[in-house]
Amino acid sequence: MKKNLLTFLAGALFGAGLAISGMTDPLKVTAFLDVFGVWDPTLIFVMGAALAVFSGGYFFLRKSFSLPCDSGDPVSKQLLLGAALFGIGWGLGGFCPGPAIANLGALRIESLVFVPAMAIGMVLVQRLYKLDA
Amino acid sequence: MVMDPSYTNGILGGVLIGAGSLMAMVATGKVPGISGVFGRILRPSSNETGWRFVFLAGLIAGAAVMFRTHELASVFRVPDGRSLIVYAIAGLIVGFGTRLGGGCTSGHGICGVGMGARDSMVATVVFMVAGMVTVYLFRTLVTG
Repeated sequence: MKKNLLTFLAGALFGAGLAISGMTDPLKVTAFLDVFGVWDPTLIFVMGAALAVFSGGYFFLRKSFSLPCDSGDPVSKQLLLGAALFGIGWGLGGFCPGPAIANLGALRIESLVFVPAMAIGMVLVQRLYKLDA
Repeated sequence: MVMDPSYTNGILGGVLIGAGSLMAMVATGKVPGISGVFGRILRPSSNETGWRFVFLAGLIAGAAVMFRTHELASVFRVPDGRSLIVYAIAGLIVGFGTRLGGGCTSGHGICGVGMGARDSMVATVVFMVAGMVTVYLFRTLVTG
């Protein structure tokens, strides 16, 4: 019960942060990616602040966690291909998974189309590559 | 120096995102990347789906409160030329790519980079550059 409450609150902080930072606005995200056009650097402030808080906390907590980090192997083709595809989809819609899901609550039609399509893409790749970790 | 309100809101939002990620990690013992949380609910052999649903429900609720209470948060603008077909294709590619690449903006960009993982740093540079090239090409070839 306590775990569920904490997890819900954690999700709520995350969702509130996405919305207040403007990251749930697709145009603000594509404007960040539009470095050759009218560039909006807001996303840097969002990621910078999130990274500072997360890495600061992780520094103090790292001894109590055994989380997957680096395999030590060379960077895999799957990682490179996957990240490149993700970037292409991100630039197309201005949606990454968090903001797309967050916008479901506002019943945005773009979200209602994007999220089921994303689920299909995930199921597809999880079957093709037998990802079960 | 007076900062653009969208930058200060960005910093505030980033602090909340970082705190939420950290809190979810402490509560569940897992790296709380959104694509991984969502994708793992969809596996046939799904176990431990409970906390993942709870986390995503919290995310939707937290954002919904902000949409209703803050004018800046409620802004939603669809970029030029992005029809619903574009959103369907984008969703498909994002789903495929994030699971294949092992993370998205949160799992790689914030958690992975924040833990100093080399793979996450590489992935973050790759998806940022791919996104920038895509936006440039879309603007020059489709809407230009």
